[in-house]
Amino acid sequence: MIHFVVHEENDGVGVVVVEGVKAGQELTGWIMEDDKDIKIKAQSEIPIGHKVSLKDYKPGDTVIKYGVDIGKVVAPIKRGEHLHVQNVKTKRW
Amino acid sequence: MDLSKASFWGYKRENGRVGVRNHVIILPVDDISNAAAEAVANNIKGTMALPHPYGRLQFGADLDLHFRTLIGTGANPNVAAVVVICIEEQWGKKVADGIAATGKPVAYFGIEQHGDHDTIMRASKAARELVQWASERRREERPLKELWVSTKCGESDTTSGCGSNPTVGNAFDKLYPQGNTLCFGETTELTGGEHLVAARCRNDEVKKKFQFMFDRYQEVIERHKTNDLSDSQPTKGNIEGGLTTIEEKALGNIQKIGKKCVVDGVLDKAEAPTGPGLWFMDSSSAAAEMVTLCAASGFAVHLFPTGQGNVIGNPILPVIKLCANPRTVRTMGEHIDVDVTGLLRKEMTPDQAGDKLLECMFRTANGRLTAAEALGHREFVLTRLYESA
Repeated sequence: MIHFVVHEENDGVGVVVVEGVKAGQELTGWIMEDDKDIKIKAQSEIPIGHKVSLKDYKPGDTVIKYGVDIGKVVAPIKRGEHLHVQNVKTKRW
Repeated sequence: MDLSKASFWGYKRENGRVGVRNHVIILPVDDISNAAAEAVANNIKGTMALPHPYGRLQFGADLDLHFRTLIGTGANPNVAAVVVICIEEQWGKKVADGIAATGKPVAYFGIEQHGDHDTIMRASKAARELVQWASERRREERPLKELWVSTKCGESDTTSGCGSNPTVGNAFDKLYPQGNTLCFGETTELTGGEHLVAARCRNDEVKKKFQFMFDRYQEVIERHKTNDLSDSQPTKGNIEGGLTTIEEKALGNIQKIGKKCVVDGVLDKAEAPTGPGLWFMDSSSAAAEMVTLCAASGFAVHLFPTGQGNVIGNPILPVIKLCANPRTVRTMGEHIDVDVTGLLRKEMTPDQAGDKLLECMFRTANGRLTAAEALGHREFVLTRLYESA
């Protein structure tokens, strides 16, 4: 069963595609571009459609998705945690 | 899906364009003509009024866009005939003449010196004749390339970028080599991925025009913004759906133009393409505004991926909705024409999803009502550039 998908191998985030992901849950991810599976343990509750961090980040780091910069980290994020507006902001506007 | 011999059943219009609907519309030029237009549509069955809130004391580029949108809407091949209603007869004539250039039947009526009663009576007589005439138009089999297809996504979430938008991209990659006329837009929603669109432009001239349109819209944002736009773009619904930044939203958005299509040209708002290929149209990212502009540019069918569930439709342009988010398909299924949730369970390939969408597109073009049409979604929303005089 696929719990999250990743666009490209070097992306730092995956998208949760099932409902009800809980902290501590073992998740299986699918890297779409390479058709490979990866495993990760969720460290927080993550709603469907929201992102799970695939690495540890510190403020000032850049988040990569689709192989492209999608914004800057503004609060520390651990691998497996929920990555969203509370810890990542746009670099534009 | 082999599209090399594909065809659809459409209405061939006087100017050679092919439509997939046969509407007779009652088109008010201004806000104060809405009441008469709606009365005519109520009198004459099978006609449809397109009320809207604008058209008075607009000037310059904003007025040009108003006329271009109204004339383009009437000229769209999904429209068989038009009754134009206006407070001032001269402006009714301007819109009617613009539409009549296509060769389709148009009548126009001014309210001044007549009042609503007399206008409604005169316009109803014309509308009755036009709708009876239109009811005898027949569909004929036409080659696929004569179908103009636009796209825009709405209430996007992260499943849009990995599921429904790439499905449109797959369909566009299959339509493009067949010589179809295709369109995408949503200028601010390319922010963070604009370099990827620029790199897909046919040549330097197209790239320059694209960059001009993109920069022009960025200047509007910069001039009026009071924060980082995180209350508006991404929207609350986008954020609820897991999209974090405009860059992330843009990169998902761009999936709609596939991997192979080339951006052949750039259009200003409501401008009509002059040849086949993929066109970028400068446009708002608000769903109803953008789809209204696509209709005014002459597009006959629209592919609309959604994540969190946008319910939009258009009065004359069938809007086909597709979705890859299982929660949205479960909770809002009546709005979804094509379910591509299988993509994110690895039960469906992007190629199969693209074919499923194209199959629905053909059925829609041949006459099947979309969910939005059946539900009565007729959002007709004119883009304004600035205040009235």
